[in-house]
Amino acid sequence: MKPSPFEYVAPTSMEEALAVLAGDPDETKVLAGGQSLVPMMNFRLARPERLVDINRIPGIAGTDVVADRLVIRTRTRHLALQNTSLPGPLGHLLRHAAAKVGHLPIRTRGTFGGSLAHCDAASEWCLVASLLDADITAESQARGSRTIAAADFFRSIFTTALEPDEILTSVSLPLLDDSWTAGIAEFARRAGDFGIVTATAAVQVVDGTVTEARVSLGGVGEVPFRSVAAESTMRGEAWTTDLITAAAQAAAEEVDPPSDIHGDAAYRRDLVRALLPRALGRP
Amino acid sequence: MIGARALRIEDPVLLRGNGRFAADTVRAGELHMRVVRSPVARGRIVTVDVSRALLLDGVVAAWTHDDIAELPAIGFRLTPRDDLLPYRQPVLARNEVRYVGEPVAVVFARSAYLAEDAADLVELDIEPLSAHLDSDADPVPWVDAEQATWAAGLGRDLPAQDSEATEFTTEYGDVERAFAKAVAAGGPGTHRIVEMDARVGRHSGVPMECRGLCAVYDEAEQLLVVDGAAKVPFWNREAVAAMCGLPPHRVLVRETHVGGGFGPRGELYPEDVLVAVAAMRLRKPIKWIEDRQEHLTTTNHSRDQHHRMRALVRVEDGWIEALDATFALDQGAYVRTHGATVASLTASMLPGPYVIPHFRVVARVRLTNKTPAGTYRSPGRYEGTFARERLVDKIADELGLGRAEVRRTNFIRADQMPYERPIQAMGTHLVHDSGDYALLLDKVSETFDFAGIRAEVERRRAGGEVVGFGFGFFVEKSGIGPVEGARVTVDVAGQVTLTCGASSVGQGVDTVLAQVVAEQLDIGHDSIRVVRGRTDQFEYGRGAFATRLAVMAGSAAANAAENLAQKAKRVAAHQLKVSVEELELRGGSVVVVGRPEEALALGEIAGLLEPIGAGRLKEEPGLSTDGWFRTDHMTYPYGLHAALVRVDRGTGQLHIERFIVGYDVGRALNPTLVEGQIAGGVAQGIGGAVYEEFRYADDGTPTCTTFMDYLVPTLHEIPDVEMLVTEDAPSPINPLGVKGAGEGGTTAVAAAIASAVDDALRIPDAIRSVPIRPAHLRRLLA
Repeated sequence: MKPSPFEYVAPTSMEEALAVLAGDPDETKVLAGGQSLVPMMNFRLARPERLVDINRIPGIAGTDVVADRLVIRTRTRHLALQNTSLPGPLGHLLRHAAAKVGHLPIRTRGTFGGSLAHCDAASEWCLVASLLDADITAESQARGSRTIAAADFFRSIFTTALEPDEILTSVSLPLLDDSWTAGIAEFARRAGDFGIVTATAAVQVVDGTVTEARVSLGGVGEVPFRSVAAESTMRGEAWTTDLITAAAQAAAEEVDPPSDIHGDAAYRRDLVRALLPRALGRP
Repeated sequence: MIGARALRIEDPVLLRGNGRFAADTVRAGELHMRVVRSPVARGRIVTVDVSRALLLDGVVAAWTHDDIAELPAIGFRLTPRDDLLPYRQPVLARNEVRYVGEPVAVVFARSAYLAEDAADLVELDIEPLSAHLDSDADPVPWVDAEQATWAAGLGRDLPAQDSEATEFTTEYGDVERAFAKAVAAGGPGTHRIVEMDARVGRHSGVPMECRGLCAVYDEAEQLLVVDGAAKVPFWNREAVAAMCGLPPHRVLVRETHVGGGFGPRGELYPEDVLVAVAAMRLRKPIKWIEDRQEHLTTTNHSRDQHHRMRALVRVEDGWIEALDATFALDQGAYVRTHGATVASLTASMLPGPYVIPHFRVVARVRLTNKTPAGTYRSPGRYEGTFARERLVDKIADELGLGRAEVRRTNFIRADQMPYERPIQAMGTHLVHDSGDYALLLDKVSETFDFAGIRAEVERRRAGGEVVGFGFGFFVEKSGIGPVEGARVTVDVAGQVTLTCGASSVGQGVDTVLAQVVAEQLDIGHDSIRVVRGRTDQFEYGRGAFATRLAVMAGSAAANAAENLAQKAKRVAAHQLKVSVEELELRGGSVVVVGRPEEALALGEIAGLLEPIGAGRLKEEPGLSTDGWFRTDHMTYPYGLHAALVRVDRGTGQLHIERFIVGYDVGRALNPTLVEGQIAGGVAQGIGGAVYEEFRYADDGTPTCTTFMDYLVPTLHEIPDVEMLVTEDAPSPINPLGVKGAGEGGTTAVAAAIASAVDDALRIPDAIRSVPIRPAHLRRLLA
């Protein structure tokens, strides 16, 4: 349970960090909260030759509202989002999603940007980014800054569109006005565990009719799964409990979940059926 | 002091962070040991090459089996049986590996980091063989004649052995005749046969502190000092001495503080032998600290039993006339220090609180390519109680009788105590020393208003909730002998020291023993110094297991303190010119009854007993006396566990809303510690009933090797445990009347929760195996 030897660099500016990364991108890993990377190193499942620690870089944590979007800077800790005072449905979603990330000590240390870059199939933040079509900004020394759509970002388990020389710097999410309802429901055996299945949903209802519907599911594939079937089931229909049940059923039929020791495919479908209504506030 | 909620004398040190755990022993120049382990469940060792590891700077030594070929296989501490000897584990694998995690090689380096780097460089060429994982299947060839002969170490050739290490029958009455008679009586008459098939999954004790051991050979004192392993230091001293070729008095084993024991931790494992042998050979301090992944794959597993039962019951009232049972225990790849203990305890404790005139159980201990198994808190009783109590529930359900009513029908009655069952448990005659089972059932039902709980369940059920209530009844055992001793010493400053052979696995034994002594001397318990867990401070100690120390060491301490009081009174009588009968112990002084101004403090008496004075008094020097307690029988505490559960209809998630324990311990020496034992035991019982299981892929690769996959319940999952500790049946076979409290929190947890889940689902006999998984409940609800 001791990592193999590695070099440790702790720059105080993003420019320096990017330069270190550019020097040897394939053998350098970015250390933010370390809540996934460090255990993987201790198990020797990850053996980077170098860590570039971004915890001493000023100005890369916290959130801003810019026009109609919320910008979350990369090193924002989970706990900061759990405590956000952002009003409206987005604030509600962020607080509830953050509260489901591990246990309190993990939330004090782990970061929003780190979660996205790590791309665990059970990550709450990957689901939120997928659900709300986040814009994800990354920087490299060679190519400067670029923005990646969430739909293009999550590639497969632990694999994103980030290049080895890039650092994820910020993420922007649309602010949701009060015509929206958004939420998250997660099933885990124990409090604080990775969700076996997690459902996130955001629905816009105008005059009793669903005008926009988004559903993203975790634990049913390698990356967050946008349920087109559930979304199209709801879009344009009257906002009723029956509609939500129908959407959950559509999602359960659409997914093709894996089986592992925590739950087989049939059970994960059952969980989708149970959780999607809960994400929308209906038990 | 006895019976007081006295504060633990251990805690000030621990709460300030001043404790010394295994890893806290740091010695200049120490070497760190890292074990190289088998990556496959079964395979033939072609070569193990340590040459590259040895080239790494800072690596001092690296060994394979060839380097320690003279070391025998690890012996049995308990329940030895000759037929088990061929299955003993070598210190490092020889010829074949038999489970993932089996030690194959070992490296010693200047840091723990270097040791892991070096372990990575050891090259293993192991030809994989197909793994045998199914202990229900017929036995397969297991060890060849050469391995069997070597492992048994009997000095004579043995044939090859199959994977059934042992099969034995425990019985009384005449099961065959009872069933035959019922059949002869014909058809659906007065009796019926009820069957049960029940499984308990593979799980074990997971202490917060993993295993660890530090050893150094002290050249100046000519002494091998071994620090760390709490539980059975005297036995481990003998074993280590034999392995190292030293006489036992040249080995000092010292317990450190310990972050939990629970059965697995503190036994002698291959790593412990390697640490001691390396300290002798390399003449350097050696340190080994197990990591969590190692713990989950190499420290004893437990449970994993499959029971099949057939009961002959009277239709009218559910009386169990005969019970015919078999079970298979999945032992894993080797038989370790516990020998056949778990199988033996399962068998003998299976009838539990019920009379059952005719009883037979066939036990089979079977090897598989999994981590070897041993004892874990309430070994054998957790499994057997689950199977038996499921059976009794089923009898009640099938006959349309109340679950409590059937139990009352079958209970051993209070007026039958002491009740002898003509079988053995842990080598002793099984005699229920005292008990009133029906009384406890009544008391717990009333105290916690079982009728009210049932009414509440009905009401919530009508509202659409999936809720249920159930319970299980059990008999525990405690206080295994044969003997413990203690020495109480008062110095001239009047300070009291208790020295004994007891061990601490964190259960508060120091506090309880101090209370026993304090009671006798009428002093506060927190000024007493307790010395234990060091093999050079007392002559003998059997260890901390089987819930034995309150009974054994407690009684020894009481006897030692009583002897000290007698000696002090003899001296005081001489000095004060009164008779011994006129004296009593008051506040640490011997005083004349009714004339408290005429007194001698114990410190003054110790002064009178300094060598020259003692001679004049015709006493042995020193105010110090020994006391011993010997017994041929165990004590049998008993209890009831009840659970109120709710199942989430959508996800199958099981919520344990209330957990209730009634437990009779004869006499609670310290009720707070009894309650603490029960609460912790319940949490572990819930782990095995709902969360924890060591699982394996088809090729024998363990799939639960971290806390992400091996689910230990946390405070979030464990309800506040509601308890009624009673003292209705003091033990008649020890001076304190005490029965042990260590394991009764665990015993019937799986039984109670399964019963409650059946009730919630409204499906009798739905739960026949634990752990109970939400996916399974979801399916049952669909």
